[in-house]
Amino acid sequence: MSAPVVVIDYGAGNLRSVARAVAHVHEAPVVSADPDDIHTAGAIILPGVGAASDTMQNLSSRGLVEPLLAYIEHGRPFLGVCMGLQALFEWSEEGDGQECLGVLPGRVLRFPTGGERKVPHMGWNTVDWVRDHPVTGGIPSGSAFYFVHSFYPSVPDASLHLGVTEYGDTFPSVVARDNVVATQFHPEKSGERGLRVYANFIQWARAGMPAAATAAGGLR
Amino acid sequence: MRRIIPCFDVNEGRVVKGVSFVELRDAGDPVELAKLYEKEGADELVFLDITASSDNRATMYDMVAATADQVFIPFTVGGGIRAVTDMKVMLELGAEKVSINTSAIQNPDLINEGAYRFGSQCIVVAIDARRVPEEPGRWEVFTHGGRNPTGLDAVEWAQEAVRRGAGELLVTSMDTDGHQTGYDNGMLRAISEAVTVPVIASGGAGGPKHMADALTIGKADAVLAASIFHFGTYSIRQVKEELAAAGIPVRLEADA
Repeated sequence: MSAPVVVIDYGAGNLRSVARAVAHVHEAPVVSADPDDIHTAGAIILPGVGAASDTMQNLSSRGLVEPLLAYIEHGRPFLGVCMGLQALFEWSEEGDGQECLGVLPGRVLRFPTGGERKVPHMGWNTVDWVRDHPVTGGIPSGSAFYFVHSFYPSVPDASLHLGVTEYGDTFPSVVARDNVVATQFHPEKSGERGLRVYANFIQWARAGMPAAATAAGGLR
Repeated sequence: MRRIIPCFDVNEGRVVKGVSFVELRDAGDPVELAKLYEKEGADELVFLDITASSDNRATMYDMVAATADQVFIPFTVGGGIRAVTDMKVMLELGAEKVSINTSAIQNPDLINEGAYRFGSQCIVVAIDARRVPEEPGRWEVFTHGGRNPTGLDAVEWAQEAVRRGAGELLVTSMDTDGHQTGYDNGMLRAISEAVTVPVIASGGAGGPKHMADALTIGKADAVLAASIFHFGTYSIRQVKEELAAAGIPVRLEADA
């Protein structure tokens, strides 16, 4: 039996929706706040909604920060969703400013208000792929996904960008580097194409995270 | 992107849709309908519990949980939500948002409390209103499914709801609801121009043209409809294709 998919339980509001989506495309994941489950996971999904400070505090108080950093450092498959994306960066502008996990270079900034842009950015918006990746394989560029957020990742290193979205300005709505993939949108609320993100991620993890060219060929 | 939202009136776990809130007809099983509409390209779903007695909340909880297990687009649950604890139950069962109407008027602080606890993006305030015949350009808010006048001005109440933390407004015209002759675009526009949050148009959809009018003339961000979808007059896909042809941005990718 292969190692399970683990959805990290730190009180995130979308935890159950993410778990249900994984159950729908694969099998019921292990939903856990136990560092031992992180050590034995075959793939990890970090969900999240709400404030960066609450997220970091909840991860920290449950003793999850070190195990998650070690897991990622060891090159094992990781998917962050919404706040689970934002937590990966160095710092968030939320509240008085919040140190985050620092796995990826970049900062999380508040959408400036004013003009036509409503904040939060809420609802369906399109994502254009800027390169191929197994996790987005088989999903057409320009597909719409469901977003709910007031902060966005500012990532100067464009090699991390996997998908981009325009909301007043263009921001990276999917980022990826090596074993880490993260989406600002909610795949679990984005219908068939969102479910495909989870299915692709799990397939990619099980296959030992092959590079884009081979895996994308297999999926299309 | 403009959203198309099928609405289900649910009574004891079954979908019904009234004509002007009086005559009720059965249009089927909510979870099966929800799955069908997701597949057809619905952007969101709204379930309104119109069950008169509060003894059957468990039926609604089961329906919400079953929907969350099988449907992977956002859905809103309204009806019978009178306290923050009611909101919490629905959100934990898997609803993306909760909608409050009469309870928001009886206890406006419920909007603030819900927004504080769960975020404005979870809190929809539903407003049922009717034209004031003697005063063109004025609409009065009604509660209890449109039975009780409140004396509140719909535009002013909309603004107060948003100030208190509503993330979205679901605006139903009691005059046009059930008649399939078009939305009340005057009221929609007055409210849309007065608030900064999305407005969902409700009441009166007879076809795609009415929806296009609500989204352009009425300046709504989303259109809600029940009967025309439940009885197969139009499919969601047909509506979206017609809106797209009219130059309105919609998500057109179901089953692609």
